[in-house]
Order: sequence, then C-alpha cells, then structure tokens
Amino acid sequence: MTFTIPIDNGDALKNAEADSQRTLYPYVTGTSIVAIKYKDGVLMASDMGGSYGSTLRYKNIERVKAIGKHSLLGASGEISDFQEILRYLDELVLNDNMWDDGNSLGPKEVHNYLTRVMYNRRNKFNPLWNTLVLGGVKNGESYLGMVSMIGVSFEDNHVATGFGNHLARPILRDEWRADLSFEDGVKLLEKCMRVLLYRDRSAINKLQIAKITEEGVTVSQPYSLKTFWEFQAFHNPTAGAQGSW
Amino acid sequence: MDLNLDAPHSMGTTIVGVTYNGGVVLGADSRTSTGMYVANRASDKITQLTDNVYVCRSGSAADSQVVSDYVRYFLHQHTIQLGQPATVKVSANLIRMLAYNNKNMLQTGLIVGGWDKYEGGKIYGIPLGGTVVEQPFAIGGSGSSYLYGFFDQAWKENMTKEEAEQLVVKAVSLAIARDGASGGVVRTVIINSEGVTRNFYPGDKLQLWHEELEPQNSLLDILNAAGPEPMAM
Repeated sequence: MTFTIPIDNGDALKNAEADSQRTLYPYVTGTSIVAIKYKDGVLMASDMGGSYGSTLRYKNIERVKAIGKHSLLGASGEISDFQEILRYLDELVLNDNMWDDGNSLGPKEVHNYLTRVMYNRRNKFNPLWNTLVLGGVKNGESYLGMVSMIGVSFEDNHVATGFGNHLARPILRDEWRADLSFEDGVKLLEKCMRVLLYRDRSAINKLQIAKITEEGVTVSQPYSLKTFWEFQAFHNPTAGAQGSW
Repeated sequence: MDLNLDAPHSMGTTIVGVTYNGGVVLGADSRTSTGMYVANRASDKITQLTDNVYVCRSGSAADSQVVSDYVRYFLHQHTIQLGQPATVKVSANLIRMLAYNNKNMLQTGLIVGGWDKYEGGKIYGIPLGGTVVEQPFAIGGSGSSYLYGFFDQAWKENMTKEEAEQLVVKAVSLAIARDGASGGVVRTVIINSEGVTRNFYPGDKLQLWHEELEPQNSLLDILNAAGPEPMAM
C-alpha cells in the first residue's frame, strides 16, 4: 500500500506550517466493512483486524459500534481516527440525551453529522482517514449509508468499503433482495466475507456480524469462517506444467 | 562504518508488556542508538508515571521522554485532585491524547502497564498514530518483529508472576539476538497490588540461543583447559 505525501512541509523548527495537523498517511488500519438492509433492519459485517502496514498486528479490534439507540457505525481506515470519531459521537449522543425531551438521534441525523465532519476536515486538507458505514432503524424505517474520507456521502440498500468495493459489491448486486430474512442476510454477508478472506491480504479470519432492528443493536461474538481448499486444481496446480507454471 | 553522530537518538528497542493473574510484567532491552553507534548501552526504557503505572518507551528517545514527562506531570495533578491513585486507563488515555493530537510530529510507540484497584493489572498498547488497544500482552519496537510468532505460540492466559516474568525475559532476549537495534541488558518491572519490583538481567545471565557461544575470559583459557594438543584428531 503506498500513500503519497501531497505536501512536504519540512522541518517544524524552520517552517511555520510544518506542524499543522495534516494527516499524511494512516498507521493502524482496518479493512473492509460490508453491510446490507434486510427485512427487519440492517446487518453489518467486519473482521477484527488492525493492520500496521503489511503486518497483521492487532486481531481483536471492534470496528462496528452501536451509536445511541438507533444506529450502528462501522469504520475502515485509520483506527485512531475512528476512536476519535467515537468520542465526537459520544458527546453528540450525550448532549442529545441531556435535552431529555423524548427525542433521540436517528441514523439519518448521525449520518448527516458525520458527513459534515468528514467533508469539513477534507476541505482543510486534514482528513479523518476513514470510510464510515452508518446503518440504523428508527420508527420502522431502515437506513444505510456511507461517508468517505473525502466527504462523499450516499445511501443505498447495500454498501461495502475498501476491498469490499471490488469483491463484495458484485455479489450483493446479484443476490440482494429487499425481503431477505435474518438467516439469508447473514449467509449473504458471510459469502462476501469469505471471498474477502481469500483475496484481501489484510483480512483476518475473525469476524463479527452486527444487527440493528427496531428493538435495538446486537453485535455477535467474534467467530471464524471455514474455508475451502479441496479443488483438484489446488492440489496439483503444476501437473502438466512446462517449467515452473 | 557509518558513524553519523548527528543522527537522531532512537531506541531501536524491544519492549514487552504482559498481564498475569494479579498484575503485569513490563520488559525492555537497554540499547539507545545514534545511527550505527550505541549511545547508551544501559538505558532504562521502563519509565515511571505514577506509583502504580509505568510505560515502556520505543522509537525516538526524545519524543518518548517528553511525552512521558508531560503525562507524569498531568497524572501528578490528577492524583492530587482525585485524592487516590490514578487508574491505568486514565494514564493510557493521557498518553493517547498527546500521541493522537501530535501524530504528525511524534515518532514513538508506547506500552502502558500498571495495576489499579478497579481493574487489576492492565496493559495498553499505543502505536504510532495514537490508537489505544487494551491487550492481554503487547509487544513493540523494532525487535518486536521477531516476537510475533514467539508470542502466538508461547502466550497463555492466567500465568503466575514467575511464568510471566520468565516469558518476558525470554522474549526480550530472543529479540536482542536478532535485532541489531536492540541489545544490552533486559530490565523488567513487575506491578501488582503489593507494589513494584524492578529486576535486572545482564547478558551473561541469559540463556544462549542458536549459534551463540558461552562467553570466555580469553582464548588462552580454552587452550589451557583442552589439554596439550587441542587440534589433534
């Protein structure tokens, strides 16, 4: 993975702007998030990995968190920025509760807030290096959207970040339906996560699937998926080969 | 040979922190290098923040020292205002605030470990960027690359204090064997409800690894001990 440094401000002692807060590159990163709307609400899947460059350094990071009563936030990208976003949202939810007026922040409002935060940071050339997935249910209506680190924001029936854009989206486009049951939804997400496990170098085999419905949020325990290696072609790929391949 | 004395002092380093049933054990090597020169061969990289919380420092020596100094200062005030010892979590969060908000300038990876009455022994890893990760054990510094596989195999839950310290000493010693930026002695700090114990393991007290030989005073001792014709078949 290479992240080019757009501006080299140089020595902080000699150049006044050198120490301005500009995130140039991420350090500890999370990989894809995949999420779908289903019959009763929204399902969101992520693995529990935190990569440090090419090293799979942390294997117990929760990248999907409940926000208030009605939303789920999943994040890929720099984990320290995700932790900071959770702090901002904590404050938002706290202030919302303090009004004590019976109203509570829904997923649309949280998504809008995050979009403003991400876009404004982008305008200052100091992005929060994340792609965020926001899902939720309020008053019977399901909501699913995402915001990128440059402030691109939209809603859809199914979303994916990172490698998931390339590997999961085609599967979801083909197999997603509005009336998916919980079981079918989980199986669909697991299909996507398995492909990501095979083909994304930064994926690890330890995932969580979170569900949000009108009743509330449930985040599953961490678990691992079985993988399939029993193709004949895998057992003997070089049989009949000329030379090395 | 490259003797660049103007190169920044950096702690190549191996740092380790491990929880056990009752507390934590922190460990580190003692090498501080300036380019290829070893500026200090007996540094103490395990720094006190409060009576019950210590931090292992890696990366830039200057950055890690100044961050520790700030956090010690804040924690001192916090302890006075709170009226009781600071928790390990609060200490870790203060480090996080400095590390995250100055991420463009700082180059230091830290492992915070300690004991408090609410949560017992806890270890928090704070890598570059300012992420905080609570872990049952943590490794850091350039030498840690050689320890991922070792810990995957050797770590187990609910070790005793003795097992935990032996694991830490073995790990740092293995990393020193392969990482040029780590070396010197192995220092450990054990923190639990009873207090803090510092230990010191010089190179000659450590186990020998692959292709390492028993240290001698001189070749002459070997020649004399082996008998009149040591080279005969």
